[in-house]
Parts: sequence; C-alpha cells; structure tokens
Amino acid sequence: MQVNQEFRPTIAAFCCNWCSYAGADLAGTNRLQYPADVKIIRIPCSCRLNPLFILRAFQRGADGVILCGCHPGDCHYTTGNYYARRRMTLLFSMLDYLGIERERTRVEWVSAAEGAKFAETMNEFVSTVARLGENRRLEDLRCKSE
Amino acid sequence: MQKIGVFVCWCGSNIAATVDVETVSDALAREPGVVFSTNYQYMCSQAGQDMIQEKIRELGLTGVVICSCSPRMHEATFRRACEKAGLNPYLVEIANIREQCSWIHKDKAVGTEKAIILGRAAIAKVQLNAPLTAGESPVTKRALVIGGGIAGIQTALDIAEAGFPVDIVEKKPTIGGKMTQIDKTFPTLDCAACILTPKMVDAAQNEKINIISYAQVEEVAGFVGNFSVKIRKRARFVDETKCTGCGLCTEKCPQKNVPNEFNQGLDNRRAIYIPFAQAVPKVATIDPNYCTMLKTGKCGVCSKVCTAGAIDYRQQDEIIQQEYGAIVAATGFEPISMEKFDEFAYSQSPDVVTSLEFERLMNAAGPTGGTLLRPSDGKHPHTLVFVQCVGSRCDGGEKGKPYCSKICCMYTAKHAMLTREKYPDTEVYVFYIDVRTPGKNFDEFYRRAVEEYGVHYVKGMVGKVAPENGKLKVQASDLLGGRQLHIDADMVVLAAAIEPDRSARPLATMLTASMDTNDFFTEAHPKLRPVESPTAGVFLSGACQGPKDIPETVAQAGAAAAKVIGLLSRDHLTCNPCVAESNELMCNGCSACEKVCPYGAITYIDKEFRGPNRTTLVRRVAQVNPAVCQGCGACTVACPSGAMDLKGFSNAQIMAEVDAICK
Amino acid sequence: MQERVKAKAIELLESGCRVLGWKAGEFFYDVTPAVFTSREEIERDFVFNPFCGANQSKYLIAESRRGGRVAAFLKPCDTYSFQQLQKEHRILRENVYAVGVQCPGMCDMDALRAAGLRGVTGAEDRGEKLLVHTLRGDREVDRSLALSERCRVCKSKKLLDCDEMIGQQGEELVSTRFTEVERLEAMTPEERFAFWRGELSRCIRCNACRNVCPACSCEKCVFDNPASGAENKAPASSFEENLFHIIRAFHVAGRCTDCGECSRVCPQHIPLHLLNRKFIKDINQLYGPYQAGADLETRPPLVDFQQDDPEPSIVGERGTNP
Repeated sequence: MQVNQEFRPTIAAFCCNWCSYAGADLAGTNRLQYPADVKIIRIPCSCRLNPLFILRAFQRGADGVILCGCHPGDCHYTTGNYYARRRMTLLFSMLDYLGIERERTRVEWVSAAEGAKFAETMNEFVSTVARLGENRRLEDLRCKSE
Repeated sequence: MQKIGVFVCWCGSNIAATVDVETVSDALAREPGVVFSTNYQYMCSQAGQDMIQEKIRELGLTGVVICSCSPRMHEATFRRACEKAGLNPYLVEIANIREQCSWIHKDKAVGTEKAIILGRAAIAKVQLNAPLTAGESPVTKRALVIGGGIAGIQTALDIAEAGFPVDIVEKKPTIGGKMTQIDKTFPTLDCAACILTPKMVDAAQNEKINIISYAQVEEVAGFVGNFSVKIRKRARFVDETKCTGCGLCTEKCPQKNVPNEFNQGLDNRRAIYIPFAQAVPKVATIDPNYCTMLKTGKCGVCSKVCTAGAIDYRQQDEIIQQEYGAIVAATGFEPISMEKFDEFAYSQSPDVVTSLEFERLMNAAGPTGGTLLRPSDGKHPHTLVFVQCVGSRCDGGEKGKPYCSKICCMYTAKHAMLTREKYPDTEVYVFYIDVRTPGKNFDEFYRRAVEEYGVHYVKGMVGKVAPENGKLKVQASDLLGGRQLHIDADMVVLAAAIEPDRSARPLATMLTASMDTNDFFTEAHPKLRPVESPTAGVFLSGACQGPKDIPETVAQAGAAAAKVIGLLSRDHLTCNPCVAESNELMCNGCSACEKVCPYGAITYIDKEFRGPNRTTLVRRVAQVNPAVCQGCGACTVACPSGAMDLKGFSNAQIMAEVDAICK
Repeated sequence: MQERVKAKAIELLESGCRVLGWKAGEFFYDVTPAVFTSREEIERDFVFNPFCGANQSKYLIAESRRGGRVAAFLKPCDTYSFQQLQKEHRILRENVYAVGVQCPGMCDMDALRAAGLRGVTGAEDRGEKLLVHTLRGDREVDRSLALSERCRVCKSKKLLDCDEMIGQQGEELVSTRFTEVERLEAMTPEERFAFWRGELSRCIRCNACRNVCPACSCEKCVFDNPASGAENKAPASSFEENLFHIIRAFHVAGRCTDCGECSRVCPQHIPLHLLNRKFIKDINQLYGPYQAGADLETRPPLVDFQQDDPEPSIVGERGTNP
C-alpha cells in the first residue's frame, strides 16, 4: 500500500430508474461535476434495494452506500419509496446500533429535474465518507485486493 | 460459454474528449467472457448499428455491452438493433459513460478509469442476463368514462364515433355537469344549454354509448386493456325503463321544501324530481333523504299519479360489473366553499352570492326566470360588486388554493357585461388582482366589457363586506388610484376558486393514478403526455386535471378520446418482460409480497408438492401475473426467503454489478 | 400444574389428537418440545415444569399439515408466535386444538447460577418458590430469582386464540424489556462496536438461533441458498458474523414477537434478542406501537407506511441517545 496517497473512497449509489437515475443524467447533461468515486447502479425503484445489496457492497470494499429515489409521493410505482424509506431507516438504525459509522449510509430523494441536487448530494456524501476514511468496521478482509 | 461483445462509443467528442476510448475497449477486451471489443465514433448511427449486428452474426455473440450515453437515451435503439441480428434484446446492457462519466469529469485519466469500471459492471451483469420475451395481453374493446359533464360527454361521443362501446358513469341523476347550470358562455355569449343539450341527446341516442346515471365507481381491478370495474347504480326508486319523464309526480309530490341543487339551493324542488327540463336520462328520481314514503312509509302520492307504474319504493342499489380496456377520468370541479371567507359576509347575507349562483339568477330556467333580482327581497339591484380571486392564488392559507382558477376573469367579465347590457341602470364594479385573458378573442371580450359596457374595473381587493340596512357596505382598496373605496352595493358576487370534485381522490386511489397536492390528477408528462395519467390505460379529460374553460375541456376530451381509440384499436398489448417471478419451491406463502404490490399482481394458490418418501404436501404459494406486474421490485425485498426475484434486475445481476464496482 | 396439564394431554390424546408438549431431556433443565402419540409416552415422558421455556408454535407449521388434528400446549408468549404464524398463513388453524397454559415465568440455569447456586441437580415447582436440589442439599429460592431474563421483563401474560385455557387469563404487562437496548444506545459508536464485536465474534454459526426461531421458518433460508448472495456456513470473518445476524434480525423485523428463544438456545450466550428488540423499539418509536402476533389483521410495519414517516436521516439526527 502506498503512503501519502490521498484516500479515495469507493461509493455505490443505487438510483431508481425514473427519478434519480434521470437526475444523475441531468447532472451530466448540465456538466455538473462530482467525484468519479461515485458509481451508479440502476434499479427500477428504490424499493428494489435489498439490505443485502448494501451489506454486499460494504463487504466488497465500498466505503459508503447511498440510495436515491423519487421524492415520497412521486414514486413511479406510487408507493415503492415509502417501503424503501422504512426499510432503510430501520437498517441504518441497526448499523448504527452495531457501531458502524452512520455517515456511511444515506438516502436522498432526487427527482428527474434535480440534476444540481444530485451533484451536490454526491459531492457532499463523498467528502463525508472520505473524511471517515476506509470502511473498517464492516469490511471483509478476504475481499480486499491487497 | 459466454461470448460477449463490447462496443465503446465516442459520441463524437462527447465521450472521447474525457475518456480514452481506446484504453477502455482494450481493458474491457480482457474481461472474462468478452470475445470482441471495439470503439467507434457514433455507435447509434446506422454504421455503428450495422457493425454491432455484423459482429453478433459473425461471432455468435451471447451478450452485448454498449458503453455509450444513458440507457434512457438509446437502450431501446440498441435493443432493437440487436434483435434484428437475432440476439434477444434483453441480452444487451448499456454502460452509461457519457452522462455519468465523460460529461462530469474533466481529468481524462479519472474518466477513463471510471468508464472501465462501469463497463466491467455492465459485463458482469450481462453474463447473468437471461433472454426475455415480452408477453401479450388482450384488450377489452370497451371504454369507461367516469363523469358525465361536457368533458365526459365529448370523450364518450368521440370514442363512440370511432366505433367502440363506451359507458358513462355519472353520479348525478342526469348527465350534463356544471355546464348545464351556466347561462351563457364566453367569449361568444351563446347560450350554454343551446350548445350542450344537443350533445347530451346525441350521447343518449348513440347506440355505442351507455349512460349509467346516479351511479358511482366502487372498485377497479386489473390493468391497461383489462380493467374490471364494479359500479354501484344507486336506487332512484323509479324504474328507468318505465318512466316517461312526464313530470306529473314532481308536481304532485307533497314534500315541497327540498333545496334545489340545480339552482344552487336558491329555490326548492320536490322530493321526487327531474333536475331540469332537458335532463338525460329524463326520468324522475326520489330523494330518499326527503321522501315521506321512504322515511315513514306513509304517502305514496307519486306512485298513485304515475300512469306508467314506474315508482318502485323497494328498488335496491344495483351492482354492475363490467370489463373495460381503457378508463377516462372526467370528474370535473366544484366551486370551493365560501364558509371560511367571513370578510365577504357570504353566510350573513343572501345578497352575497357566488358566480355560479349568479349564473342561475341570470338564467331563464333559473329561480327568477332570468330576471336579476336580489335573493333577499326580490328587488332589482342597482349596484353590483364583483370580487375576483376569492380563494384563488392564496399563498399558504388554509382558506384558499395556491393556483389560479383560470376561468374566473372571463366569466366575471361576462357577468358584468350581461348585467350592464340587460340593465343599463346598474353600476357594476369588478375588483381584481390581475385580469388574465389569454385565449382567442378573450382580451377583446374583456375590453368590450370595460370600453363598451362601462364596467368599472378596479385593481385591488375587497377588504370587507358588511350588510347594513338592506345594503352591502363594501370596503375596498383601489391600488392604482391609491385610495380606499366605500361602495353601497345591492349585490356582491364572489368568483369562488374551483377545486377538483371530492369524488376524485378516492377514485384516484382505486385507479392507482397519482394526484398533485391540490387533488388534481397528475398527467404522465406535463408537456408531452397531458391527457394520460401515469397509470397505463387511465386517461384524463377536463377540469379533473386542472382548471380549464369549455373549449379547452372539449379539446382535451377529444385528445383523451384519441388516446383511448388508439389503445382500443389494438388487439394485444405488449407487456414489460422485466417482471417479478416467484420461485414456488422457496415461497412461504406469507403474503408479504402481496401486501406491498401496488398493482395487485400477486395471487396465491394452494399447490401440491412432492415430499420425501412419496408423500405430497399442499402449500400456499405466490404467483405473479406478468401482465399486471410493472416490475418495481417491492415484493423482492419484502420476501424473507428470497423466493421473489425480478427479471432483468435480479438479485444476482445487481450483486454482480455491486461486486464489479466495489472491487 | 404439571398434573393438570398432563391429564389434559391424555384426555386430548384419547379424543384423537396428537399432542404437542414438553418432554424431559437428559438433564432436568433441558426440556424439549415433543409430539406424543400414545398414553404410555405421555405418562412416562410428558413434563410441565419451570424449565418448559421452549416456544411450541414453530412445530405447528409442520404438525398442522401432517393430517389429523394436533393438540398443543401454548404459553402466553407461544400464543403470540402462534397467531403471527397464522397471519403468515403458515399454520392451518383448523387442524390445531390450542390449549393455553398460564405461565408464572420460566427459569433457566444461568439465573440459578447467578443466584449463587452451584451443583444443581434438580428443581421443583413450589408456586412462588422453587425447591432446588443441589449436591449440598435442597434449597428453597424465590422463583423470581430463578427466572430467565425474558421472563423477568415479560411483556404479556395474555393467552391469545386458545380453544381452552388452563389457569387464569392474564393481561398485557408494562415491561422494562428495552432497558438494555437503551443502555447500548447511550454508548458511543466505538463502545457499541466493541460490545457487538465482543459478542458476535463468539458466534460459531451453529444456526441454533435460526432453527429455533418461529419467524425464521422459511421454506428455504437465504443463508442456505447459494443463489442468494448471503450463503455461508461458517463464521469465516467478522463481516460474516455481522451479516448473518443483521440479515437474520432484519428478516424477522416486524414479525418477531420477542419470545427470546434465540438467546435461550445460543450455546455461546450471545444476547441475540437485543438485536430483535432494537428493531421492535425503533418500530414502536418511529411507526407507532406494534406487537407482532397480537392480532391477525394489522399490517406488519415493514409492509406498511405512512406518508409522513420519518426520513432515514433521523438515525443520524437523533444523536447517540434517542
């Protein structure tokens, strides 16, 4: 491992197809920059995000995981994000209870029109996770490349 | 053995400027399963598509990854191209290296590295893609229009014109809606009844149109092309097939003190009534809240006078179950209640009326026979004050609505003009915030009211109306003149804001159609799909989508009809193949998935399974109706055993992407 | 009590039911659930003593589908699970004859040891007291001292959905069961992390907690399914330990009745119920009081929502001590 190298976090961003993925596209269309550390995974709806996927991301080396979906009330599937909201709230609370840094997980509602919000959210989330440093409390050493 | 082809697009310089496409295609060529990797200037061009198709045929590719712009842009394009070359379109994955990479990064090394990772994730996913075939569902060639106002009537007429059967469900005893209550229409001043009632008759006489009046939708199941609707036709205690509409019963009924809703309660009707002379269907209805016979069992006058023998006191509500291919919401509007607006003394003085009440007072079929008389003393009013924007454009208050009700400026100009025309001895004031007259011949109309008819338009709001000695003391500000005005008025007319009909909200829930915060139906796209709701197969007509005047309503009604006709003219609809599926071997039958499904796509059956030692076991298992499922995936996470998975976004596919990204 | 229960068991057996009850194990305290099919078995093995803590409801999933009727003795907390499993369509109620048995709280060896008793060879029910046989002679102790943790903080003595009752119907109780969760919540994240590492690192992944849990009764468990992405059979790393217990608790969230069986059977004495109780406490606080199994109708909180539910950011906003 190299010393003095600036820590770059690995961020998995799950985005719902209808609002947030489109919001991310809009950020791109408007050339709004955010760090390349963010990699987006497209899911049909925020309610598709299984807590297992979040844990899997941390296991495989993610330092932060963020879920973006339509604003509550605007879900393309009417109610999906309401279920996602409860699931994520309880999961995040449980991770916090186990002593995992609560800033590593986040939910943000981003509409298809909120390209600027998407970019801002990602900038902020990346700097927060970068400040926390490498994910150590929920890592799986077997999955580390070094 | 997978044979994956990777095609990296330059998008001219859009991608190539910040992503080294050569490096990307070289790096991805080394990924497992990849047998071909290249880059090209415009992958979406004909030449680009030809190249993809050629490689599919030449190398027998089992999967294709295209590193290009957002899948929201060209996923369909590339899927179609691959399908033409014989590859299942769902074996194509897009890595978004433009919107989510080249356009947001300036450093070429950073952009290139990220593009490679995004490409890897797409390759990892495509390895697990399965060929999917879109299913088909049949289309029931019948439409339902909910609401029988001008919007619903026009939509139904247009659909019927194209040859499709259509049912109109109207909650009132007659179709016609708000337009029946209007006296004259702006900006032409032709009489509303003269242009509406022929349409009502057309609807009644059209063989393809079935009017279900005095009825409400109670339950909606199913999906686009295959809705199943339960309609409750309320008992009107009159046999519609026998009633001739002679009206004798409505003259003989001893119960005379029922507020007449057609005249906004300005006069009374009987307990058995026909709302107005041109009602369709023209049959009597007994109001069970007032009928002595229904309440106490003692009377029966109407039954005795009815020579057709149409009265049936024991009539029950009728439930109609019908299948439809498309549903149009045309539930219209209501003026808001004026009860919270104490400052205008609406509840204190009968001479403060709403605009709709004013329409009735001016109408020849109204309570005064068309002569403008004060409700309090029946005298001719000399000074009239019109107040605009009552409850419209209210910020944050609980009293009003934040939006502009759109029609008030024009009908107020109409009222003012008609008053001055009929009664040149009157003084007419109109108080306004703005006068909004965009529309063909609208501004000319307003200017005529001011210039030719001498209506006093005053910019400013009325602060208070106080009844005093038979007069209405109006306090108002004249913003342009910079002074306070005190007017002794004989009548005050309030242009009440309009709001969606109260039946719209529960209907939206039944239709799983979304609404905005004001309870107007939301359109699928505010600009490009204005007459469709986001729920497939549900269309919007008239003021239930937003405030609008008659010509706009009719135009939208026609547009909604065109969409319905387009849908009903198809024999089959192609379904989205990316739907949930239940692994019956793992299903617990616990109903968690069914509870979170917004479409009712999941049902349960008891199924026999083979157990050990030649035993059989019956278990309750979930089944997904692929024609109903929209592929949100809520069920997949609600399922504790992981028996539910989503095609196209399976657990394994998403986790493969996660692994590729987090490596 | 034992005699009444046993007599009822024989009566029900003779009316044509199989009988789900408790059977004495190798030691006096390892009483296990068992299905009895003959009078001899009942007379010889059937027990109902202060160590009958095992939750019987899970066995009814299979027993109610075996054909014929099964009679089951259910303690108040068992009846919550019984009803929850009916809600999930797992138990065929019409094939079960449920006998509710009022419960004075069950004892465990940990509590006896903590009360200073050593060399314990047996114990007898004396109502409020417990007569404990030890190598150094008999000692009578207050039953309250011998109660297991879950019985000390008992949430309800109410018997739900029984065809018959032995003993008095009880009431829901005001419980202090969240005290320990609150203590953990008050810690710093570092302290909590250290606490749970200390506990979970002892997991040997024997799956006892899963196998005993009435809510963990999936036809196929995700941890046994190679396609699930969570499959693993050994506590190979700290991550696996966390993953297993987080996912297990999440899968039963909103369905767990807090019967406490997971902690009872853990051979490593990991306080697993504290994970489930955290979810229960959060659900109660964020979405309104909910007791799994208390009725058949209410939507479980994770398949329900309110439009004004709190946002996930509340986890960060409420601070260390919610």
